[in-house]
Amino acid sequence: MSAVDMNMPILIVDDYKTMLRIIRNLLKQLGFDNVDEATDGSMALQKLRDKSYSLVISDWNMEPMSGLQLLKEVRADGQLSNLPFVMITAESKTENVVAAKQAGVTNYIVKPFNAATLKTKLSAVIGHF
Amino acid sequence: MTARAQQSDLEMRLAEFGRRHPGIDPKDLVDVVEAIMTSADGDLSSVNLKLYAEIEQLAIYIQRAREEIASLRPDEITAEHLPVAGEELEAVIGATENATNTIMESVETIENLTDQMPREVSETVVDAVTQVYEACGFQDITGQRIKKVVTTLTQIEEKVHALLGAFGQDSQIDAARAKAEKPKTDAPLSDADLMNGPQAAEAAISQDDIDALLASFD
Repeated sequence: MSAVDMNMPILIVDDYKTMLRIIRNLLKQLGFDNVDEATDGSMALQKLRDKSYSLVISDWNMEPMSGLQLLKEVRADGQLSNLPFVMITAESKTENVVAAKQAGVTNYIVKPFNAATLKTKLSAVIGHF
Repeated sequence: MTARAQQSDLEMRLAEFGRRHPGIDPKDLVDVVEAIMTSADGDLSSVNLKLYAEIEQLAIYIQRAREEIASLRPDEITAEHLPVAGEELEAVIGATENATNTIMESVETIENLTDQMPREVSETVVDAVTQVYEACGFQDITGQRIKKVVTTLTQIEEKVHALLGAFGQDSQIDAARAKAEKPKTDAPLSDADLMNGPQAAEAAISQDDIDALLASFD
């Protein structure tokens, strides 16, 4: 039996609503239904401060607040600093991954990705399910 | 013309002058010319004369360039061609986004019916639906790539404006130059520097590379 709470609140962040929809649907297929959405870093930060989440899955390239900036804000916030943070992005250069890791990212998924990769990475972050 | 040729030409002219005007000693003429050159105190030196000639050639070159640029109708490029190209690309983003949403809605409808299907059929359909969801991610990737192209077009537009300014207003030149110049420092890459969107295949690293890179920090 899985030790993972499949009802854990997850916040997904992307400025492409289609991508939000794709991630939401894939999460639903994996068994996660308690999913909220934000379309940029600042909106996400507000939601994170208003409600307790167990996981953030965020795009990088967004305005006005990018995913990297959101990550830095999360890590700098005493209440949120330990929150698992997965970056899903098309930014696939070495310096991007290094910058994200240095900022405290928990895992990094490069777009385009598939459901199997999402499951593998989420298992590495929250445990096998 | 070389100095020796100039000297020879001058001597011929003085000889011709002496034949036409036998009453005037060419040496007197030379003295007068030398006196004038001396009184000019370098203003008409050969170096300056050469410089003036070069500047005149430069002015002619600039004038020709202006005429050629005008014939290219850069105003049309900035006012029509580039904006239209940008709009077309934005339209591509919009169209693919709409199409993707339509596909998603249709597939979601199919997925919602899987409860009514026999288990074996349902599993097959869910697998297929998952693959459609994954494939729909193309819209995000292509959208970001197209936005990069639109950004490039905007930069070209600015360069053309700067070129026009170079032949007209100095302030436009300064503005274009200031925009083009990026200070080189050893400072860490900024967030803006790192946001480059999808990479070309040869520039990108794979998920496996990323995993290895992340693991190297542990």
